[in-house]
Amino acid sequence: MPAAQIEFSKELTAFIDEWKAKPGSLIMMLHRIQEEFGFIPRLAAERLSRSVGLPLAKIYGVVTFYHFFKTTKPGKHRIAVCLGTACYLRGAQDLVDEARAILNLKDEEVTDDGLFSIDEVRCLGCCGLAPVLMIGNEVYGKVEKDALPEIIAKYREI
Amino acid sequence: MAYKNYILVCGGTGCESAKANEIFTTLHHEAEAQGVKNDVQIVKTGCFGFCEKGPIVKVLPQESFYVEVRPEDAKEIIAEQVVKGREVKRLLYKKNAKTSDTVKLEDIEFYQKQFRIVLRNCGVINPENIDEYIAREGYTGLERALFAMKPEGVIQELKASGLRGRGGAGFPTWLKWDLTIKAKGDTKYVVCNADEGDPGAYMNRSTIEGDPHSILEAMTICGYTIGAHKGYIYIRAEYPLAIERLKIAIKQAKEYGLLGDDILGSGYSFDLEIRLGAGAFVCGEETALLQSLEGKRGMPVPKPPFPAVSGLWKKPTVINNVETYANVSVIMAKGAEWFAKIGTEKSKGTKTFALTGKINNSGLVEVPMGTTLREIIYDIGGGIRGGKALKGVQTGGPSGGIITAESLDQPITYESLSALGSMMGSGGMIVMDEDDCVVDISKFYMAFCVDESCGKCAPCRIGTSQMHAILDKISKGTGTEDDLLKLEKIGKAMTKASLCLLGGSAANPTSSTLRHFREEYLEHIRDHKCRAGKCKDLVVYEIDPVKCIGCGLCARKCPVPCIAGEKKKAHVIDKARCVKCGECFKACKFGAVNKK
Repeated sequence: MPAAQIEFSKELTAFIDEWKAKPGSLIMMLHRIQEEFGFIPRLAAERLSRSVGLPLAKIYGVVTFYHFFKTTKPGKHRIAVCLGTACYLRGAQDLVDEARAILNLKDEEVTDDGLFSIDEVRCLGCCGLAPVLMIGNEVYGKVEKDALPEIIAKYREI
Repeated sequence: MAYKNYILVCGGTGCESAKANEIFTTLHHEAEAQGVKNDVQIVKTGCFGFCEKGPIVKVLPQESFYVEVRPEDAKEIIAEQVVKGREVKRLLYKKNAKTSDTVKLEDIEFYQKQFRIVLRNCGVINPENIDEYIAREGYTGLERALFAMKPEGVIQELKASGLRGRGGAGFPTWLKWDLTIKAKGDTKYVVCNADEGDPGAYMNRSTIEGDPHSILEAMTICGYTIGAHKGYIYIRAEYPLAIERLKIAIKQAKEYGLLGDDILGSGYSFDLEIRLGAGAFVCGEETALLQSLEGKRGMPVPKPPFPAVSGLWKKPTVINNVETYANVSVIMAKGAEWFAKIGTEKSKGTKTFALTGKINNSGLVEVPMGTTLREIIYDIGGGIRGGKALKGVQTGGPSGGIITAESLDQPITYESLSALGSMMGSGGMIVMDEDDCVVDISKFYMAFCVDESCGKCAPCRIGTSQMHAILDKISKGTGTEDDLLKLEKIGKAMTKASLCLLGGSAANPTSSTLRHFREEYLEHIRDHKCRAGKCKDLVVYEIDPVKCIGCGLCARKCPVPCIAGEKKKAHVIDKARCVKCGECFKACKFGAVNKK
């Protein structure tokens, strides 16, 4: 039986072809794959394994070691709440709990409609704006718990 | 062509997050619309440091320092300042909200005690334009190294400067380079550690975003000195803006013949490549970082051999952090003698800190070594938010310890911070006030270390989990006094036996708070009480029947709901059902809800 296939864009294929010859480039290729799919799909890891000649176990060893790589598909709108120390001290954990309560989510679950998932992330680096959360590329600073329902509602429409 | 005005818009991540980009484009748009686009140059610079008041816009030549600027203010800035030559008073920095008196840039307390050499170009030049870096002595250090010095000369210069590594441990930079020169091997590498993983620290990111060429120049000087032809910058993937600026800088440096083959016709060639990290704190440890650069799991390996002898792909490698390199460029441009005058006898130069937490002026600061914590917190930082009492300052992030109010007058040096049970670290400086609970914070840092422990060595893998479990117990009021002894014992074992500094210092936040705030731990254990009210399981909410007027606001806010009472009569909380969310406490306008 032929192995299930996954479509790679031309750019991604070109990137892998360019990088696979360079030493130590596995992490760079995984970044590029995650950029394309939003996570590292199993089939993509298998395809990468075949094209660069690395055992799948090696690839998964690396993927699961680093927090940045995801093996499950995140929500369409990924809510990243900063849990760096500055944000934590200014109440970021409450934001995580509240956002999870609003969306009825646990840990890294995705809402049934596939719209939202919540990530606790390390320092987004705008500590002056603490507590901070990010949805897509939009940063929200000095967020109050009470403002969350409104912020989240905005993304239900998009 | 000279312009009438120059407008500098902060393009650091903090200000960009607060719409600085929109301000930048609106300014351009307005300059064009109001017919003055030839009178003004609008530049996006690196971080000004005063993140608390961002987004920041500075207008030259008046040196107008505008704070908390919004995109809709752009029209007025162009109309008033560029067209009519008048400052926009309402946007100027003011000392506090009560006064309308504006403060001139040179008088702003946040900047007065600072001395910026690492951040010398941040907020001054356009980081995406190599000419502006060159105009400020950029690449003169490289030129000096290539044409006026031999590699030994560079080593002598660094030795005379007294520069020590800014990544945390403070190892003399010249010695690291010299060991690599002496190591056997034809192929050698230069690596820059830009994997700034300490939560609450962003000095390195700001340096790269504001002045990327200073890193490129220093790495090239390092390559020339140790005889390497290839360098890698290992940077967090979470820093897209810094990565972009590095890419632009590398491209421009190559076009100018300052990087690549036959640099400035000297015959020396050096190439740089950017590699992305993927979110692993342990990769701040140099041997783990090198593993990750090789495309593997970022797990540390035992030292010796040190990277200077056997580093990347087992070749001799110099690995320094961003701030160290940024210092090298200045030293080579201005000379060791100039640099050695700054700082204290054993700690030369300056140090950057990301000042955050319960402080009035959050931001990026750079002070000469030997400055006291009091000066940083009260003079530069403007004191504690809301007039609360200072509990302590955490330096060194999850690897450092808490420094209490009694030690604020200690001058900051590598030695003094270690003596206080903390460490210089990379420069995170988190201020905590009386509302912060030491048990909660220790638990927070330990949870971080549990998450980030790579799992290779048992002391760190098991030790962090055990300590976290005990801290969790204490925070829930089920700890015993014996647990405190266990914490100390496990901490000591981890410190001694861990393979790398992650495990070796993971106990620091807990052991330092145990030393300074033992009575608070005991309160949690004996009295089941958290005085800061942060450990939710120990907090009890009660309504004071005398103060309560029975307005019912708390009952409406309660999500459970567990507050009952008749209108205009004192309400009561059913403690058994209370989830301790604190909504009633926040809602009550009469101070009738007590938190114990």
